[in-house]
Amino acid sequence: MPTKIEKDSVTGHMTTGHEWDGLKELNQPLPKWWVYIMYTTVAVSLVWIVLYPSIPGLTGYYHGMLGYSQRTKVDQDVAAVVKQRSAYMDRIKDLSYADIRKDPQLTAIAQTAGRIAFANNCQPCHGAGGGGNLGYPTLAAGSWLWGGTLDDIQQSVTFGIRSGHPDARQSQMPKFSGEGMLKSAEIEQVADWVMALRGAKIGDPASGQKIYAENCAACHGDKGEGKRDIGAPRLSGQVHLNGDSRDAVVAQIVNPRMGSMPNWNTRLDAATIKSVALYVHGLGGGE
Amino acid sequence: MFIRHETIEKNAFLMLLLTLVVISIGGLVEVVPLFTIETTVEHVTGVRPYSPLESRGRDIYIREGCYNCHSQMIRALRDEVERYGHYSIAAESMYDHPFQWGSKRIGPDLARVGGKYSSDWHYAHMANAQSMVPESLMPHYAFLAETVLDTDDLVKRLKAQRMVGVPYSDEAIANALADLRTQADPAADNAALLKRYPKAVQVGRGDGPATELDALVAYLQVLGTMVDFADPANENLRQ
Repeated sequence: MPTKIEKDSVTGHMTTGHEWDGLKELNQPLPKWWVYIMYTTVAVSLVWIVLYPSIPGLTGYYHGMLGYSQRTKVDQDVAAVVKQRSAYMDRIKDLSYADIRKDPQLTAIAQTAGRIAFANNCQPCHGAGGGGNLGYPTLAAGSWLWGGTLDDIQQSVTFGIRSGHPDARQSQMPKFSGEGMLKSAEIEQVADWVMALRGAKIGDPASGQKIYAENCAACHGDKGEGKRDIGAPRLSGQVHLNGDSRDAVVAQIVNPRMGSMPNWNTRLDAATIKSVALYVHGLGGGE
Repeated sequence: MFIRHETIEKNAFLMLLLTLVVISIGGLVEVVPLFTIETTVEHVTGVRPYSPLESRGRDIYIREGCYNCHSQMIRALRDEVERYGHYSIAAESMYDHPFQWGSKRIGPDLARVGGKYSSDWHYAHMANAQSMVPESLMPHYAFLAETVLDTDDLVKRLKAQRMVGVPYSDEAIANALADLRTQADPAADNAALLKRYPKAVQVGRGDGPATELDALVAYLQVLGTMVDFADPANENLRQ
């Protein structure tokens, strides 16, 4: 029941004028500072609504007086940083590797740009520092499948390996367990010979040597030295893409594993790819 | 004129009526903007429904809770664009029910992971992430490679997607199982698959029925690849 608004004698506050069975409610309004801050935020939000994109409509939305768009903003931000870097990156793009290396500061910048791009894009497969993983070539050991000069590396990074890009590096190892190829006993023998090429004496390498000469040497070379222009790995070295064991050799002959690498020209610009090539070249295996 | 609160409280019918008025105003404010949602989806070319195998891979992605650590939303911020690629646009997830946006970045964003690594890498990485990335804290999902993909309800799943607006054609649904098998066998002829689902990546070894991992890798390999941002037709992304 509404009653008279009066001063409460105990607390000194006014009542609200409501009473329930003799209980009266004290009127204790919010502090003034709080109320004014709230009114201010409401007023500011009205300004914001006018300045920035806010009210949805039937065919679009109100774009705001400032014409702000997050997408325009990010395009500007990216363009600004590209412009800032262009002083170096344009030179990296245009100069030859030899000329880049004549400038120590530019080389250092390219190494840094390459290291950052490598960590984001290459490291998951090739490992930190290019150490490689089983099935993913080491880049630090000089054991190149397709060549280790700066131009070779740039070519591999740009177009990829079996990436589907028309300029990608392509090679294919036949499945030697297939119809009309090698018998399983012959595969075992040739595996012995491949192990012998590496310096391990096991099994029956002599008969394997003949099978090797007829089937494998065309690509991998008479002494297992490999052929880089067709991406045939060196077999005689101590760095092995698919594992060190004889079982790994057999598995590769029976059902060859042929890895692929994406063509990075869709994700990285030319200057960054050259920087990556410089970084990879400097990991320890560059030629 | 001004109605005294006392009057409303004493008149149940009036109170009911005014309650309805207030609630419907709140409802309209929330619902009406959704009628214009079409205007927020960019007009780009290339976005297509997921292929049957990718769609099942997406189900597994959700089942395994991948979204707890991985977002699929590259925000329009410079550092994100520099690391992950072009910022995500609404059109790219218009056939996602539910979408996989988010801000959880315990693992990296996956919106453009498609094509970044080889399928072989995904198989090795899912089986044992630390074998590829030593510092990774991702759990092992080797069991997915040993679990045969359940395709019994494939057609029902695609039809359910169609009910909420994903444009699977009758032809696509009739060929769902065949398309799934083709995509899970790299030796199979994929002409019909690519016609229905351009850029679909064939995965697996084709040495048995498709596994859950085949589906998941197929899904990961298509993420972010559908829209070609180098195409001038897709240049104007301002809604």
